[in-house]
Amino acid sequence: MRVRFLASEILSGLRRNTAMTVSVVLVTFVSLVFVGAGALLQLQVDQMKDYWYDRVQVSVFLCTADSEAPTCTSGEVTPSQRDAVLAELRSPTLQPYVESVQFESKADAYARFQEQFAGTAIAESATEDQLNESFRVKLTDPTKYDVVTQFFAGTAGVEQVQDQRRVLDPFFTVLNVATAVAGGFALVMIVAAALLIATTIRLSAFSRRRETGIMRLVGASKLLIQLPFLLEGVLAAVVGAALAVGALYAAVRFGVQGWLVEALPLFGYVGTHQVWLVAPVLVAVAVLLAGTASVTTLSRYLRV
Amino acid sequence: MIRFESVSKTYPRSRRPALHRVNLDVERGEFVFLVGASGSGKSTLLRLVLREDVATRGSVHVAGRDVARLSSWKVPHLRRQMGVVFQDFRLLPGKNVFDNVAFALQVIGKSRHHVAQVVPETLELVGLAGKERRLPHELSGGEQQRVAIARAFVNRPAILLADEPTGNLDPETSAGIMRLLERINRTSTTILMATHDTGTVDALRKRVVQLEGGVVVRDEAAGGYTTGALRAVDQADRSPADPGWAPARTSTAEVRR
Repeated sequence: MRVRFLASEILSGLRRNTAMTVSVVLVTFVSLVFVGAGALLQLQVDQMKDYWYDRVQVSVFLCTADSEAPTCTSGEVTPSQRDAVLAELRSPTLQPYVESVQFESKADAYARFQEQFAGTAIAESATEDQLNESFRVKLTDPTKYDVVTQFFAGTAGVEQVQDQRRVLDPFFTVLNVATAVAGGFALVMIVAAALLIATTIRLSAFSRRRETGIMRLVGASKLLIQLPFLLEGVLAAVVGAALAVGALYAAVRFGVQGWLVEALPLFGYVGTHQVWLVAPVLVAVAVLLAGTASVTTLSRYLRV
Repeated sequence: MIRFESVSKTYPRSRRPALHRVNLDVERGEFVFLVGASGSGKSTLLRLVLREDVATRGSVHVAGRDVARLSSWKVPHLRRQMGVVFQDFRLLPGKNVFDNVAFALQVIGKSRHHVAQVVPETLELVGLAGKERRLPHELSGGEQQRVAIARAFVNRPAILLADEPTGNLDPETSAGIMRLLERINRTSTTILMATHDTGTVDALRKRVVQLEGGVVVRDEAAGGYTTGALRAVDQADRSPADPGWAPARTSTAEVRR
């Protein structure tokens, strides 16, 4: 009986307040899209870090015939220079920092280049000779790349020592800024959503004061008087959360997986399974948001 | 059933107490009229019984319990032992007669079976059998008040509080409502009725408690609306110690009339 009563109360409340309910749904929807987008951006960052930091090495690029660096004045690296560099990498001085060393020939570099930029104009115009031979050095502690960089500074036959983390950092910066922006919008929207939910519930309580007054007088429990209002707010917010999950799913499925992956195939992107990871968080945020706003409002505006 | 021990009530932002040292004892099954001018404290007294408000000083016992000591979670259970009727009926306009009465049972979690059995019985008792499907606006004032009484009585409360239940009704209709309240009273339901209705009080000759400016000035078994009122006014005239306490001139005039 009481479940049926609650359901009918909630439905009639939502119907009576359609415009407000719709606005709660929409505002929650937009704010949770920002929350979800921020979360997905962070998951993207994590995924890229996992992907890259595993592969990230310090690359010791050796001179090509075209190199213009002061250490490359003698033209293309000679076999003895190359051996000297390798010997240094295996020397007792660098040994503690170096986990492994791998040589990448021009042919290897070309193959990797073709793979990375497949289908683009630059891949078609590149020749094997333009690419550097290199030693790919994996460090025991990736943060100590300075040691290697400084060690080879000025060494004949070495064009450049590059820490790949530095190359990736701008990407991460962009993504982190995007996350912060999404988070900022999310915060503003969540405040708006909370206030809107509070106002809606206040209106709803006002328009039903006759019912609640009678309920109070005939001895209905506090919970039963307050629950319809609370559930109304929570229900509207959860619908907003569901819409947000839908929108994020569509964005990832069609925007990222359907378009970005092909248009910019530099690294792995978030997939729809990450959306399902974010979804429960969004629903929880919605419930918490609406619950808090409702309880606070009810304690002020609904006599029980 | 209801006991007031030296009860005072002062509302916030008001210097003059709404009730001042009120002592009152109402036994189970009694029928008590609460009379007095507007602002004399009748409604405050009813609110204290309902625990809509808590006394500033003194204690209010209802059904053997000190209502001020009840935790707020237990207040609904106290209210289930009481029914309340108002001057303006306070029916839900969108619900028909049956649903208005059933509402009182539904919200305290009674089973559908119980509702289906008790509501028709109660409507029969108040003389509304056959009008279950009517909406409140399709009923006369007297009928609407009968619905309100049915709603107040459907859970068979031990106490029925009525705040000017005949205030919006013509004398003939009022008499019908009073007969109904007397019938309910005979089921050993305690009735406390605040009223301005001289004719009704005089006709029924029940216990009368008269309030003036928050003070009980008369408590008379089988009294009338004005019986003893002059004596009360005399008392007030003799002891105008605090001007705030003296009954206002208008109310004196009303009592004399």
